Amino acid sequence: MTNLLLEWVIKTIVILLILVTAVAYATLMERKVMAWIQMRVGPNRVGLGKFRLWGLMQPLADGLKMIFKEDIVPLQASHWLYIVAPALSLIPALMTFIVIPYGSQITLFDHTIELHVTRLNVGLLYVLALTSVGVYGIVLAGWSSNNKYSLMGGLRSSAQMISYELALGLSIVSVLLYTGTLDLVEIVEGQQGFHGLAWNIFHYPLLILVFIIFYIASLAETNRTPFDLPEADSELVAGYHTEYSSMKFVMFQMAEYLNLITASSISTTLFFGGWNGPFVGRLPLLGPVYFTVKVFVLIFLAMWIRYTVPRFRYDQLMRFGWKFLLPAAIVNIIISSTVILFMR
Amino acid sequence: MGQEKVLFIVFAVIAIASALNILLQRNPLYSALSLIGTLLALSALYVTLRAEFIAAVQIVVYAGAIMVLFIFVIMLLNVPKDQPQVEKQKGLRYLAIPFAGLMIAEMFYVLRPIRLSTLPPVPSGNAEQAVGTTWSIGTSLFTDYLLPFEVTSVLILMAVVGAMVLARREGD
Repeated sequence: MTNLLLEWVIKTIVILLILVTAVAYATLMERKVMAWIQMRVGPNRVGLGKFRLWGLMQPLADGLKMIFKEDIVPLQASHWLYIVAPALSLIPALMTFIVIPYGSQITLFDHTIELHVTRLNVGLLYVLALTSVGVYGIVLAGWSSNNKYSLMGGLRSSAQMISYELALGLSIVSVLLYTGTLDLVEIVEGQQGFHGLAWNIFHYPLLILVFIIFYIASLAETNRTPFDLPEADSELVAGYHTEYSSMKFVMFQMAEYLNLITASSISTTLFFGGWNGPFVGRLPLLGPVYFTVKVFVLIFLAMWIRYTVPRFRYDQLMRFGWKFLLPAAIVNIIISSTVILFMR
Repeated sequence: MGQEKVLFIVFAVIAIASALNILLQRNPLYSALSLIGTLLALSALYVTLRAEFIAAVQIVVYAGAIMVLFIFVIMLLNVPKDQPQVEKQKGLRYLAIPFAGLMIAEMFYVLRPIRLSTLPPVPSGNAEQAVGTTWSIGTSLFTDYLLPFEVTSVLILMAVVGAMVLARREGD
């Protein structure tokens, strides 16, 4: 019992450290990708002493700078909620990762370690529950700042989250019809075989449509452009975090990138075989490598979209969510269940 | 004291405290937030009862969707703090006492048999088919309780259509 507890604690701490580092470097990646797309160089100065290292030390410098910024609480703000709101958006974002499997199992000091923190019978529902709770941080930040731009950002965010969560949930139902389980570990294990390439998206080609719906909806859930209406900077200054500064602002940014990483991990798990890949049966350590590569390819895709596609107008966003994505997800469920009925 | 008992006491206290806070707060937004606290604590209690599916669905549906709508409406209307609602009919306040008594009596009557029952045993063989898992709930919904399930869905559909008719403006 104590052994198991120790294993959990160690795994949680390791995952936490890796996630925080990944978030820091996702910001650098975002700036580099943006620079490449806009034919610029991007941050390339901060290194170690004389060595510039392509700007690899930029996240550290940014973090240090943000810590030393003045922390302002507006006079008219609702004090407690204003302080709690950043934590409310960061904590659910960090909690999602415990059910995502990032490898099969490895042996370390005669001790077999499963490469996932825990497995839940309802793993996928747990992730959905946390993403739906994560909206409160944004909504309360918008309300407690006592600023009209923040309030508009918070309102838009809650409306957008509710609208796109339906399409997200219904597109997952199609995947569940094929896999037959909500346990993420089992979903990945079901995609083994054919040299580690029996990924759901190759096995059931109809899932490509589902993936497109899921990906668009998850972009909207994570407030990425073209769905970044809650912080549309041309009309709302910075949306829900207009009044926030210093580390509280950083917490919102971290939550945003964590949500992006989580959404990409869930896409990888559901559609692209999770940690599966060639030779992973013989070398289990390749699992986390494949998983990371797949996740970062999907993150790159999100960044590519961000710097290519213009932002939606608010009514376009709502019409797209309710009149296109939602019916498309429902049609996909009907097609998928018909296919399964005739396959058996 | 077993682990489950400690967890039960912790989350039960949180649930009741935030339920009281719903009534005591003057600001409707704080009341709504307390209600979310109650819902989350209840969902934790469902986990200790080994009903993970219900726990997750409780958060997805109530805390994640319905309460977001509540808060959306409260924020949109943004009732000023310094204008408490004027009570128009003072007598109605005393009518609440017998109704509350009736409800408590009803609750005791309904909950009486539950007090004596115990938790279902931890499944040994087929964990998939234990009480409270997604599998068992889905199976009983589509076999034993098929008619109530379908009737409820028709009722909800009627409510949705009705809401759309009411919300529709003339000339749209």
